[in-house]
Amino acid sequence: MGGAISRSWSRIGAVLYKELVQMRRDRITFAMMLSVPIMQLLLFGYAINTDPRHLPAVVSVRQPSEFSRAIEAGMVNSRFFEMEGVVTGEEAADRALRSNEADFVLVVPDDFEARLVRGERPQLMLEADAADPVAVGGPASAMAGIVDSALAPLLDGPLADMAPRAPPYDLIVHRRFNPEGITSHNVVPGLLGVILTMTLVMITSMAITREAERGTMETLLSTPARPIEVMVGKIMPYVAIGYVQTAIILLAAVFLFGVPIRGSLALLLVAITLFILVNLSLGFLISTVARSQMQAMQLTFFLFLPSILLSGFMFPFRGMPDWAQGIGQVLPLTHFLRLVRGVILRDAHLSELVGDIWPLLVQLMVIGGLAMLRYRRTLD
Amino acid sequence: MSEALPSAKDESGPPAIEVHDLRKTFGDLVAVKDLSMTVPQGVIYGFLGPNGSGKTTTIRMMCGLMKPDGGSGTALGYDILKEADELKRHVGYMTQRFSLYGDLTVRQNLNFIARMYSIPNVRERVDETMEEYGLTQRADQMAGVLSGGWKQRLALAASMLHGPRLLLLDEPTAGVDPVARRDFWDRIRDMTRRGITVLVSTHYMDEAIQCDHLCFILNGVKLVDAPAADVPAQSGLTTWRVTGRDLRRVSDALEGAPGVEQVARFGDALHISGADEAALDRATERWRAEPGLEWERRKPGLEEVFIHLTAQARAAQADKEAA
Repeated sequence: MGGAISRSWSRIGAVLYKELVQMRRDRITFAMMLSVPIMQLLLFGYAINTDPRHLPAVVSVRQPSEFSRAIEAGMVNSRFFEMEGVVTGEEAADRALRSNEADFVLVVPDDFEARLVRGERPQLMLEADAADPVAVGGPASAMAGIVDSALAPLLDGPLADMAPRAPPYDLIVHRRFNPEGITSHNVVPGLLGVILTMTLVMITSMAITREAERGTMETLLSTPARPIEVMVGKIMPYVAIGYVQTAIILLAAVFLFGVPIRGSLALLLVAITLFILVNLSLGFLISTVARSQMQAMQLTFFLFLPSILLSGFMFPFRGMPDWAQGIGQVLPLTHFLRLVRGVILRDAHLSELVGDIWPLLVQLMVIGGLAMLRYRRTLD
Repeated sequence: MSEALPSAKDESGPPAIEVHDLRKTFGDLVAVKDLSMTVPQGVIYGFLGPNGSGKTTTIRMMCGLMKPDGGSGTALGYDILKEADELKRHVGYMTQRFSLYGDLTVRQNLNFIARMYSIPNVRERVDETMEEYGLTQRADQMAGVLSGGWKQRLALAASMLHGPRLLLLDEPTAGVDPVARRDFWDRIRDMTRRGITVLVSTHYMDEAIQCDHLCFILNGVKLVDAPAADVPAQSGLTTWRVTGRDLRRVSDALEGAPGVEQVARFGDALHISGADEAALDRATERWRAEPGLEWERRKPGLEEVFIHLTAQARAAQADKEAA
C-alpha cells in the first residue's frame, strides 16, 4: 500500500517535471502568462476611469453677465468641466453637441439676470450629451450645487432673501471604502479575478487538449498511470502560475495604484486558492469537451465574455435585470469579485463573506465532479 | 520476394492474446465486427488489412485503451475489460502515429515513460536502453526533430523500457526507409527469440512474409487466420508464373479473361492467378503452347492471396447488399 502511494507520487512528479520542461521550452506561452497580467493591470488600472473630469462644455449666452460669468467660474472650479468658450444661438449650441466639441452646453437666456433680480425664477438649462450615461452622470448631478454656490456671493444686499436657504436638516453622505471614488481601487482587485479566470481556464484546458491533439494522450493512457495522477501533475504547475500572477497583481495594486489592503491577507489567500481551484476544474471540464486546442480556446472565450460583463467587474451588478443577475450568480467570477473587494477594500470578515464562499465551494464540487465524470480513461 | 516462409512455430500452450466476438462501433460505423483471434505465445503475429479495416481499433481494445461494445478476451491472462490496469504493466504498445513528446529530448522522453511505469533505477535502465537502440548519440536531441526512422526507433525503445512480455505494434514502419525497416525487423525477430510475443499490423507484404502467423481483416471482419506457411494453400488460389519475351501481349490478352482473377507483374515475370483451377488452365491453355514463354505452376504469393481475398469479400458484400 505504502509502495503504491509512493509510486503514485513518483508518477505525479514525472508528469509535473515533464510539464515544467515543456513550459520552459514554450517561451511564448510562458511570457504571455506573466505579461498578460501586467498589461491588463496597466490598461485597466491606468486607462479606465468611470468618473471623468474636465469634460468640455460651452456656454450659450448673448450677453455675458456677472451671473453667467460666476456660474462659468464655478463650473471650472468644480473640475467637472473644461470651458471651451461661448456660442450664440440655439443652432450653434446644437452643433457643439453634435460635433462632439462639447459634452455640455449651458444655456443662459438673455433675460436671465433681469428675471432673477425680479425674483421670477428664470430657467437655466444644461444640455448634456447623455449618449454615454456614465460619463455625464456625475457632472450633471453636481450642477445644482455648483450654481448655488456660484450665485451665493452675488445674492446679497437687496437680493439677500433670494439666496437659497439651507434645508431644515443636514444630509451627510459618507463615501466609505473609497472616499475619493478612485476607479482603480475597485478595478484592480477585480482584475485579479479576471486575469486568473482568463489564464488559468485557458492554459489548463489547452494543456490537456494538447495531449489529445498531439496523440501523446494515447501514450499516457497506455501506461499504468491513473488519470488523477496525470491531472494533478499537469495542473500543479499552473496553480503555481496562478499564485505568481496573484503576487504580481497584489504588489502592483499596493505599490502602483495605492490600493489599501485593509482586510486579512490569510482570508484573501483562502478566497484566491478556492477561486484558482474552481478555474482549474473549469479548464479541466473544458478539456473533456474540446477536441482541439482551438476549440478549448474558443470555449474559454465563450465563458470569459459573460464573466467580464455580468460579474460586476465592468458594470454594477445590482444595475442588471434579474435574469442577468441570475446568470451572474452562476459565474465563479461574480462571487470571487465580491470576496476580494470585500477583503481588500472593506475589511470584511469570514462571517460576512460566507454568502460568497459557499457558492464557490458548490461550483468547485459540481464542475470538478462533472469533469471527473466526463474524463475518459480510454480513447473512446 | 523470398519463396520460403518461416516454418510454423509450435502454437500449442496458453495463448498470449485470446479475444472472442470483439465488437466496436463508432456511431453508424461498425469498426470491428464479432472478431475472434488467438495470438500464440512467442510468435510474430502479422495483423493485416487495408487502411480503415479496424486494425488500430482492435489493437487498442487488446491493450485496454478502448472499451469494446461487445465480446470478451484476455491478454497475457488478464481480462482486457476488467484488468486493463494490470495488463498495461506487461504490454508494450507502439502507436501508429509518433506519440512521444516532440518538445522533450530523447532522454527526457525515455525518463518520463520509465517513471510512468515506476521502473526501478530509471537512470541505468534508460542508459541501457539507449545503448541497445543506438540512441546514446542522440540522447539530447529533441524528439520532434528526429527523422522518421529514428523516431520509430525511439518509440520502440520507449515501448520496451518496462520489459513487456507482449508488444503491440501498430503499423510501425509506415514512412520509414528500407534500411531502418530491415533493422527494425531484425530487432523484432530478436525479441521473439527472447520469448516476447509481437503483434504487428502492417500492409506491406514483404513484412507480412516475415511473420509466423497471419491474420487478415477487412471492414472489421476476419478473412484469414492461420500460420503463415499455410496461408497460400488455404486460399484455394492457383498461380502460374510466366517468363519470356513480350509478356505485355500475354497480360493484355489474359486481363479480364474468364477464370483469370489477377495478372500482376513481378520483376521479369508475370503472375496469373485464379480461384477456379480448371477455368484458369483453360484460359491460359493457348498461351502455354506459345514458343518463347516459360510457364510454371507455383504457390501463390501473399499479395495475390490478399488481393484475392479482398476482392472476394467485397463481391460477397455487394451480393448481400443487392439481395
